[in-house]
Amino acid sequence: MRNNLLTFRRRTFLSTVLAGAALPFLPRPAQALNEAQAQALVQAAVDDVNRVIASGASEANVLREMERIFTTYADVPTIAVSVLGPPARSATQAQLSAFTQAFQNYFAAKYGRRFREFVGGSVQVNSTRAVRSFFEVITTVNMRAEAPFELNWLVSDGSGRPLFFNLIIAGVNLMISERTEIGAMLEARGGSIDALTQHLQTLG
Amino acid sequence: MRVLLPVHTSRNTKRVTALLLLASLAACGPATLPPGDQIADRDETRNRAAHEFNLSLDRAVVGPSADSYGNVPQPIRQGVSNFASNLGQPSYVVNNLLQLRLGDAAQNTLRFAINSTLGVVGLFDVATAIGVPAEETDFGETLHVFGFGEGDYVVHPVLGPSTTRDTVGMVVDYVLNPISHFVDAPERYFLTGTRAASGLGSRYQFDGTIDSILYESADSYAQLRSLYLQQRRYELGGPDANYEDPYAAADPAAAAAAVAADPNYDPYLDPYFDPYAQ
Repeated sequence: MRNNLLTFRRRTFLSTVLAGAALPFLPRPAQALNEAQAQALVQAAVDDVNRVIASGASEANVLREMERIFTTYADVPTIAVSVLGPPARSATQAQLSAFTQAFQNYFAAKYGRRFREFVGGSVQVNSTRAVRSFFEVITTVNMRAEAPFELNWLVSDGSGRPLFFNLIIAGVNLMISERTEIGAMLEARGGSIDALTQHLQTLG
Repeated sequence: MRVLLPVHTSRNTKRVTALLLLASLAACGPATLPPGDQIADRDETRNRAAHEFNLSLDRAVVGPSADSYGNVPQPIRQGVSNFASNLGQPSYVVNNLLQLRLGDAAQNTLRFAINSTLGVVGLFDVATAIGVPAEETDFGETLHVFGFGEGDYVVHPVLGPSTTRDTVGMVVDYVLNPISHFVDAPERYFLTGTRAASGLGSRYQFDGTIDSILYESADSYAQLRSLYLQQRRYELGGPDANYEDPYAAADPAAAAAAVAADPNYDPYLDPYFDPYAQ
């Protein structure tokens, strides 16, 4: 049994390596997203953010606009499932879509509030680099009273169109932070995804 | 004269030895920074107790004091913060020298000179305005440069989150700080006071973010631990050092091979995990 497993694994490994070596010679699936498109998406998001934080609108209006920006430019469903992590694998489709909807509201409200703190500052797009099948767009947030910091957007078209699926805020990875947060909520509710979804609905 | 000579030589020898030791330590290269979600927390029970204590301290004393300190006009708060930050400069220079980062040492020295004179004993941050920003550092970073890993996550009562390595760094910085060797009590208490006031200023300035982490998180201990470690590693990696590794291993064939080679490999643990890759 053990021997079989070993052979199997070795064979998988070998074929993976072979497939990897053959990759450059195979016809590639149409690579839809390129560097310019990824940067254009972030530029559009950043333009919207800059417009909102310069508008001097009321807090409620700024929040609503930030939520709109998040739902427009972020792939929130993918973020939701990834943040839920391994428990997502055993959830039913209905549970997952209810969780995703609740997470979307929670996420947009929470990060909308965070972005509202940029009021009076501005975000500037610097450069883009390719990572695996996606792109990392590097921007700088210039604040009024504090030192500027780096805000990186990870952009992919895996959902069918270019959207960002992670933010690295001065070295702090949004997905890791949210995984900690959602993980703690789930643990406090005995691992029940339904209870977690209900709780998220009260936060959104 | 004859008697003095050997003493001289031995002092020189000591200096040379110390320099050689420093050079060889710095040549070891910095410690490897763990990925963002890797956490070592062996004293979690004790740390959680310290965290609870800090929360109650923040609720009862620090938060309210910061709120009243917020009533002080902004330019004065800025001046206090600049003054306290300027006092940190000599300590940065000492650490920059130990790290053999001579450019940073020169920059921090220049900053201290500019702000102490043109900036009126450090009340105004003229240096940043003319393009000489602070290169903040501490002995924890020096240890990192010498190749010491961060150790465990530690929460200290009052002082807050740290690591084993950075706690050692904190103690050494306290002893090493050139300012404390030149300033006696009671002036020293005044300096400590400005540092505390500057801390209150930051608590007030970042009120929204700090409150949301401490009081709105599902588990504020876990959230603060994650944020602290990620932020500290980012700081130590400098611009993009810690980014190199995930990208180097970002080849899909290598990722597939990693899964094949390690049945416990969990892509969810990879901070740059690509949720779309199949």
